[in-house]
Amino acid sequence: MKMKNKADVVIVGGGVNGCSLAYQLAKKGLDVVLLEKKYICSGATGRCGAGIRQQWSTKENTMLAMESVKIFEKLSRELGFDIGLRQGGYLIVVHDKKEMRQAEKNVEMQKTLGLDVSIIDSDEIKEIVPILDVKGMHAIAATFCPTDGHADPFKTTFAYAMAAKKEGATILTHTPVIRVLKEKNAVKGVKTNKGEIKAPVVVNAAGVWSKKVAETAGINLPNQPYRKEIMVTERIKPMFEAMVISFKDGIYFSQQDEGQILGGIPNPHERKGYLTDPTFSFIQHMSKTLLRYAPPLGYLRVIRHWTGFYDVSPDARPIIGEDDKVKGFIHCHGFSGHGFMLSPMVTKLLTEYIADGKTSPFLEWLSLERFKGKTIQKEVSVVG
Amino acid sequence: MKKTIICRCEDVTEEDVLQAIDEGFEDIEELRKRLRLGMGPCQGRTCIPLVIRILAKKTGKNVEDIPLPTSRPPIVPVTLEALASDEDEE
Ligand SMILES: Cc1cc2nc3c(=O)[nH]c(=O)nc-3n(C[C@H](O)[C@H](O)[C@H](O)COP(=O)(O)OP(=O)(O)OC[C@H]3O[C@@H](n4cnc5c(N)ncnc54)[C@H](O)[C@@H]3O)c2cc1C
Ligand code: FES
Repeated sequence: MKMKNKADVVIVGGGVNGCSLAYQLAKKGLDVVLLEKKYICSGATGRCGAGIRQQWSTKENTMLAMESVKIFEKLSRELGFDIGLRQGGYLIVVHDKKEMRQAEKNVEMQKTLGLDVSIIDSDEIKEIVPILDVKGMHAIAATFCPTDGHADPFKTTFAYAMAAKKEGATILTHTPVIRVLKEKNAVKGVKTNKGEIKAPVVVNAAGVWSKKVAETAGINLPNQPYRKEIMVTERIKPMFEAMVISFKDGIYFSQQDEGQILGGIPNPHERKGYLTDPTFSFIQHMSKTLLRYAPPLGYLRVIRHWTGFYDVSPDARPIIGEDDKVKGFIHCHGFSGHGFMLSPMVTKLLTEYIADGKTSPFLEWLSLERFKGKTIQKEVSVVG
Repeated sequence: MKKTIICRCEDVTEEDVLQAIDEGFEDIEELRKRLRLGMGPCQGRTCIPLVIRILAKKTGKNVEDIPLPTSRPPIVPVTLEALASDEDEE
């Protein structure tokens, strides 16, 4: 394909966030070029659990997730391709009194926002996921929201990408951005392995590589890569629909549409650095914990096990919006472990900002500037 | 029309593969993500060699020049029970 040499907006990164943005901006009539160094879904998106949860400890995350779910619910229809959405709920295990107090606080706040969520007892836990061993997982209760769930990360991202192309966006794979071009304090475009593209707006949606992309524009990001492992078993007949998670044990698992059990847990012997080889200590710890939660799964065979990286911000919330020093440089990263589920709303806010100049209190709440000289309000409801 | 199954584990046909190549999914890794091909219990042992041949034909490349997908453990599926059994020996 012939290389374009100018655009209204250049997006760096072909994950769920970059592709969603490309679609929405193109739909608004902007000339959009998305550049992906490898192929669509080669980053965190293609490695993730794609769970969608609205049960958060901060009001803002809960609101972002709730708005995102509303968008996910209509997305297959809007894009004209199925995204594989399934709303089987998230069951969050409560292990002790301390967790119970936090759960009560969370549920109360979530309810004021209109979320269908409740605290359930052991009998109700067994009704929702019959294979769970309430004693084995040391549960005293759980919280449950039936509209949480998951979508297929590949289907969703490819649906965005194909809809974006239909709206006139250009998507170039195997085209890494080498450098963001700047003149004084404004973005001028990007340099790729195939030449330069001029553009007044450049979106950094490069996932865990965002820090490197920002550096080329002289912007320092506080993000850190966290290595994560995840596994999947062979398929079995459908047994449960909910995603089961525990903040204390860090485990999460669910049964996918096709019947496989997919899940992850933090590695007890984590090593530092960008290591991508899966470890035996993860799979052992995962298997042991999973069987403590769901003993009947013992005979199931693990067929795949892989790693991916979270791009983690200091408060585990995404960093989005225009840079305050470099005009036209748009942040869209720091998604930590939840960039799939928040993507619909985050990219909608960014689209409205880029295309219509519309701001929002969320953009302020999620701006890079929030880290300057302030105490960090950390999201506590995180797993994996 | 007669359908040729390429990936038995994930039920992917030759037409699916050809269509995806036309959509721009031009290497094994991309096709795998697009079609789930090679992600079944046999981990691609049956289908990947077939896909390599289709890709070679479609793109005019030599079979040896088509990069293989990343191989992911376990090489042979192992039960959760077996994996959970010896944590203490580490
Ligand atoms: C194991 C695991 C489980 C997860 N589970 C969940 C979950 O259940 N729910 C959830 O919401 N989130 C989950 N996440 C997090 C989620 O995957 C990410 O937050 C999300 O996918 C980020 O999407 P993205 O589009 O921002 O980035 P990515 O998908 O990482 O995409 C960035 C893209 O940018 C490209 N790129 C990088 N540098 C350049 C360059 N210089 N030029 C051109 N392209 C470049 C990369 O190749 C990549 O394709 C999980 C993550 C992992 C690793
Ligand atoms: S035939 Fe394709 S994964 Fe088994």
